[in-house]
Amino acid sequence: MTDDNGLREINVDYLARVEGEGAMYLKLDGDEIIDLEFSIFEPPRFYEAFLRGRRHAEAPDITSRICGICPIAYQMSSINAMEFAAGAKVHPQIRALRRMLYCGEWVESHALHVYMLHAPDFLGYESAIELAEDLPEVVTNALRLKKLGNTVMTLLGGREIHPINMRVGGFYRTPTRKELDSLVEELEWALATSEATVRLVSGFDFPDFEMPYEFVALRHPDEYAITDGRIVSSEGLDIDVSEWPEHFEETHVERSNALHATLRERGTYHVGPMARFTLNHDNLTPRAEAVADEVGLECGERNPFKSIIVRSVELVLACEEILGLISSYERPPAPWIPVEPRSAVGHGASEAPRGILYHRYEIDDEGFIADARIVPPTSQNQRSIEEDLRQFVAPRTHIADDELKWQLEQAIRNYDPCISCATHFLDLTIDRVT
Amino acid sequence: MTKNIRQKPKLAVWKFASCDGCQLTLLDCEDELLDIVGAIDIAYFPEATRREVAGPYDLSLVEGSVTTAHDAERIQEIRRESTTLVSIGACATAGGIQALKNFTDVNEFISIVYANPAFIDTLEASTAISDHVEVDLELRGCPISKHQLMEVVDAYLHGRRPNTPNHSVCVECKLAGTSCVMVAQRIPCLGPVTQAGCGAICPAFNRGCFGCFGPSIDPNMESLREIWHRLGIEDPDLVRALRTFNAYAPEFKEASTAYDR
Repeated sequence: MTDDNGLREINVDYLARVEGEGAMYLKLDGDEIIDLEFSIFEPPRFYEAFLRGRRHAEAPDITSRICGICPIAYQMSSINAMEFAAGAKVHPQIRALRRMLYCGEWVESHALHVYMLHAPDFLGYESAIELAEDLPEVVTNALRLKKLGNTVMTLLGGREIHPINMRVGGFYRTPTRKELDSLVEELEWALATSEATVRLVSGFDFPDFEMPYEFVALRHPDEYAITDGRIVSSEGLDIDVSEWPEHFEETHVERSNALHATLRERGTYHVGPMARFTLNHDNLTPRAEAVADEVGLECGERNPFKSIIVRSVELVLACEEILGLISSYERPPAPWIPVEPRSAVGHGASEAPRGILYHRYEIDDEGFIADARIVPPTSQNQRSIEEDLRQFVAPRTHIADDELKWQLEQAIRNYDPCISCATHFLDLTIDRVT
Repeated sequence: MTKNIRQKPKLAVWKFASCDGCQLTLLDCEDELLDIVGAIDIAYFPEATRREVAGPYDLSLVEGSVTTAHDAERIQEIRRESTTLVSIGACATAGGIQALKNFTDVNEFISIVYANPAFIDTLEASTAISDHVEVDLELRGCPISKHQLMEVVDAYLHGRRPNTPNHSVCVECKLAGTSCVMVAQRIPCLGPVTQAGCGAICPAFNRGCFGCFGPSIDPNMESLREIWHRLGIEDPDLVRALRTFNAYAPEFKEASTAYDR
């Protein structure tokens, strides 16, 4: 459509197939982009404010409510921060259980995104519901895969959304070996189905598009970093999580995008599956590495549309990881260790399905939270999303509105943006264009 | 085989301030999802589909709380468009965890989170859907239970009343054969004053209930307080326990306000 001055406007006033409420606005004068905005109008919820005055041990249950899609990520990052502040070190098998649970969340979230939110774009369907009419076995397998992720979360966490079993210091209850063994058969199926997923999605058509991202992800010397690690980047950043505030900053600007996280030295960066895949490539599990090689997915891939392949490779990895951790599981001597709070600052990060989630807390000498900062992945990627959209639109302005609109939506969905997460601190101009 | 000529009822899923977890519960019904879409037309559910069918809608599920002036208007419009409206989850039924701002000065909250408070548009309070419009059914929980959601959909399709009990979590522990964590392990538990629905998960994991489903019918808060005191838990800890996801549910709000002295 065109505006009063004859300029072409494209609005997506409520983005579908993302978590939360977001919008996109593009204004064109011929081939020239006058305005392009990826905005978020989800109302603020003030988590950082009401965390003040809560006990350190309450942070995991409270912050998990920021996001129903990745509650384990919130619980893990806050637990890391609290254990860091208290100088606590948990048993290796507690850490293994956390990794297992976290992989369950990856499986659930990635299966949801790959099949139900993103694949319909590549295949030209409005949703997985319509897709199911033509390709029922694909959607049935997708649902079974997603369900397995939820089964892992329910077994280890108590339930799939806002699990209840993780706590500062460990778990309320640890599973028996027999309980974990009950997962193995389905995991073997899921592993094979995930490999088939990689093959399926790598056959999709991908637009010719690359961006010179600086990738940022956690890195661990011995494993594909998920629950913890150092923060590294493709431009040589290599820091402890506690050094976050010195290297990253958030600015509050008007328009839709308030607290933007940027690298102090270089600005925009990119977090999520593609960043992890490149920066942890040497730590891929054997079958994940093999299937990535088979489909020609290269370390350093920078076409954001191919994130669907990387997510699928991470599905393989998550299934392999859970199987490996189950086979070496020994029930830890105690489900949790007491963690005595002390006056300190705690930093914690973990790899949410969408990328790094950073938490920082100031704890007072009685164990209460004096200050809290939470930086979710989608707010870190917001600039990267906008830059992608600009680059993507430039050579495609000739495309008709409806088609262009769908392609731009797809470009946003490359990030699996979780707007509910980002929103708890983003400023939101409500600009619904009628 | 007889051909079903009746039109499928139209379902809409709406979102207000929330974490998206309750609407995700619908997609988490992996075993039932394809049957559901066989029986109901998903006419509006942006988290799952780009497809949008205009109203009116036969059944609307509403997630989230009302926190902006714009949303206060939007819920009126949704009510007008919906024959049956079910609010789902603690945000929609009690204002959610963001209702913690209701206990304080919202401007103070804004200045803690945002560098430029002038950019923020928010109402003084986070309120339940039923504070704004008539609601046909409230489904509690943070998050809601998959089982209860399926019960609501099934009951709707069969034109019967859904069976969603309002007794306490204690009943669910008894049904599950879980021994009382408060009696046996001296772990403080909100189960006696919290509505059933989750299946009493926490006590089965050696943890006290922390109130995800909000107050049960006629909760005896004084008695709970006395037991917690006997376990050595003081009022400030009880007040914080009551002030989480259902902090603004009337019985929890009144008790936490009375004990916050």
